[in-house]
Amino acid sequence: MSDEETKENSTSPTEAIETAGPHVAAPHVVEHLELGFWRKYVFSTDHKMIGIQYGITGLLFLLFGFSLMLLMRWQLAYPGEAIPFLGELFGPDRMPEGIMLPEFYNQLGAMHGTIMVFLGVVPLAVGAFGNYILPLQIGAIDMAFPKLNMASYWAYFLGGVTMLTSFFVPGGAANSGWTSYAPLAVIATMGQTLWLFGMVFLITSSLLGSINFIVTTIQLRAHGLSFMRLPFFVWAQLVTAFLLLLAFPPLEAAGILQLMDRLAGTSFFLPSGLVVSGVPLEVSGGGSPLLWQHLFWFLAHPEVYVLILPAMGIVAEIIANNTRKTLWGYKSMVYALIFLGFMSFIVWAHHMFLTGMGTTISAFFQTTTMIISIPSIVILTALFLSLWGGSIRFTTPMLFALAFLPMFGIGGLTGLPLGLAPPDIHLHDTYYVIGHFHYIVAPGTLLALFAGIYYWYPKVTGRKLNDTLGKIHFWGSFIFLNGVFMPMFIQGLAGVSRRLYDGGAIYAHAQGVLHLNEFISVSAWLLGLAQIPFIINFFMSMRKGKKVSDNHWEATTLEWAATTSPPLAHGNFATVPEVHRGPYEYSLPGHKKDYTPQNERVEV
Amino acid sequence: MEIPYTATARPDTGLFNAKLGVWMFLASEVMLFGALFSTYVLLRVGAPSWPHGYEILNIPLATLNTVILISSSVTMVMSWASLMMKEFKKYKMYMGLTILLALGFLIVKGFEYGAKFSHGLYPSESTFLAIYFTLTGLHGLHVIGGIIVNTYFWGPGSKMWHTDPQRFTNRVEVAGLYWHFVDLVWIFLFPVMYLL
Repeated sequence: MSDEETKENSTSPTEAIETAGPHVAAPHVVEHLELGFWRKYVFSTDHKMIGIQYGITGLLFLLFGFSLMLLMRWQLAYPGEAIPFLGELFGPDRMPEGIMLPEFYNQLGAMHGTIMVFLGVVPLAVGAFGNYILPLQIGAIDMAFPKLNMASYWAYFLGGVTMLTSFFVPGGAANSGWTSYAPLAVIATMGQTLWLFGMVFLITSSLLGSINFIVTTIQLRAHGLSFMRLPFFVWAQLVTAFLLLLAFPPLEAAGILQLMDRLAGTSFFLPSGLVVSGVPLEVSGGGSPLLWQHLFWFLAHPEVYVLILPAMGIVAEIIANNTRKTLWGYKSMVYALIFLGFMSFIVWAHHMFLTGMGTTISAFFQTTTMIISIPSIVILTALFLSLWGGSIRFTTPMLFALAFLPMFGIGGLTGLPLGLAPPDIHLHDTYYVIGHFHYIVAPGTLLALFAGIYYWYPKVTGRKLNDTLGKIHFWGSFIFLNGVFMPMFIQGLAGVSRRLYDGGAIYAHAQGVLHLNEFISVSAWLLGLAQIPFIINFFMSMRKGKKVSDNHWEATTLEWAATTSPPLAHGNFATVPEVHRGPYEYSLPGHKKDYTPQNERVEV
Repeated sequence: MEIPYTATARPDTGLFNAKLGVWMFLASEVMLFGALFSTYVLLRVGAPSWPHGYEILNIPLATLNTVILISSSVTMVMSWASLMMKEFKKYKMYMGLTILLALGFLIVKGFEYGAKFSHGLYPSESTFLAIYFTLTGLHGLHVIGGIIVNTYFWGPGSKMWHTDPQRFTNRVEVAGLYWHFVDLVWIFLFPVMYLL
């Protein structure tokens, strides 16, 4: 492989620690409080342990949410046929004789979306990477409010438990889609109430977390680390935290109002004269279903950027490190990021062109939507241009990071027709939309998150993930992700609606593209198989992975100045580092080595 | 190692951590109540008819409550000022007053709610009552939250005055910022629900 591997081989782990730099060589003077098992691993207040907790819980929820979809894909590929072996296990309420009921299909759909977004990707991207890496990258000993940090994890955990419990109440889990549109959600079964309570927990968790991230970044930066010297990852997390802070409360308000509708009999979202199953609903009426959509999308559009910005941050770190040169246009990227964060608050109604809210409002929101595509393209272009002229190391994290670029590109560009009202009228609520946003979140964000796991695993464990298994994982994921989502564009352009229990089998216009359902499903199941090497790798490398030095990737940012797996209880750095330069000073002319860490005063 | 800037301000930002934290928290609270007030506007604009608040609600009681809550904001400032002047006993008195006034607010609110319920006016009765009970109820929860925090700083939490007076003063200042926000929400609620 590359010369980087040969270099490692020549350095034994002990030598590496001795030569790793002035800060880590100093003996540990940090007081090491011996904490019991519960305080150390469970109710920990250390950002690294909390980051690991978020990471493992998030990965498990990702796997769980993904399995829900694997079940649905059977029903879509072979409508009305019994699921072999597994089907019977779900009992007669969900799958009589192994055949999935429409009600259960709806539960799976709603919970797949909810779990992937709120319990999987965000906790992993923000909770895990943000918690573990951000304080290290700014040279802080911990987050600003460690107890709040613990509370935020446990609020998230309770939210997850509430969501899981909802599968077992009468009527099953929430089944009105992850968007919980009113009035359908208001008259839905008990699972919807638990969904709302679960969301309140998750929102609380996000609020506590985002306050913590903002205060930590602003207050605890190391000496000399000015804002324009922050690694791009930190910027991405900071803007994300502001989005979470300001966009989630309106959803909390909406959740409270829907709870009032469901529990106190109010009619915030119920219009007058609503008839359910032929019986007029006994409510005061006068509410507005459109109001729910406004409040929901006021959160959920910034939420899209919450999903993508940390991923961009991770990719930027890995690209700078593996091209051995500074990011192209770092400052423009930062300004684009801030502008993107601001604009994301005034584009939400492009999800609602078909609601009849009026052409004037549509015109406004399609204009802002076109404007917001500019900063995204600035960032993506800067990342592409960063590759130009670099001596690229094709390490496993770099493969994932490189794949992110075109995948996010496809996801972003296919979104443009959806942002304009006329084409959206045709494409709205079809598989095209599913393809579009999954390209951003799955082949986009998820590949970036995997890149982050491969990149920072040595920092957390002191060992490297196996490269062969990593490459099998990469190629498998990359190919099958495209196998799943690319055909959805074709189906969507043909007009196949999402949320169809039979995948469109009864519709005449869907017949030409119906055969793709089987292809998509098989790709999805193979995608599941492609994750097995990762799971094996993840656990095996903890014990058997190759031991590597503190700064395995020869990177410049501060997290690599800390020892491997930095000690708990605020012991990140033996001495608090001081910053003398920008984040990505690679390949400086006249320097002996091709990287100059941020905390290095003079060139050795 | 201790986390820096818990008691003293960071020189370049001029803030200690908790103060920035509470401002961020209040920003999210503005969005929460902002969404609910927007809901009120949207529902009212879309409604064929909308009752005047004074036809249904009790303005004298609400005026009394406004006076109570504003007074509690004043005593809250006084309690912080007493700490700044190192007068712990005065702090205890003013903080105690703040808590009592807040409890008084809740008692008056309880009478108002009780009167509505006894006349069969529940949230399910009309959209006006629905938003009235939701907004005032949520505000009431914030008052209860404030009482809990202030009682802690009045009672067991005040021990910190003897070990780390600067940090304790900061805590009271931060609690005060929150309390003024709760007051401010009511100052918007009162005219919107009762007078318009």
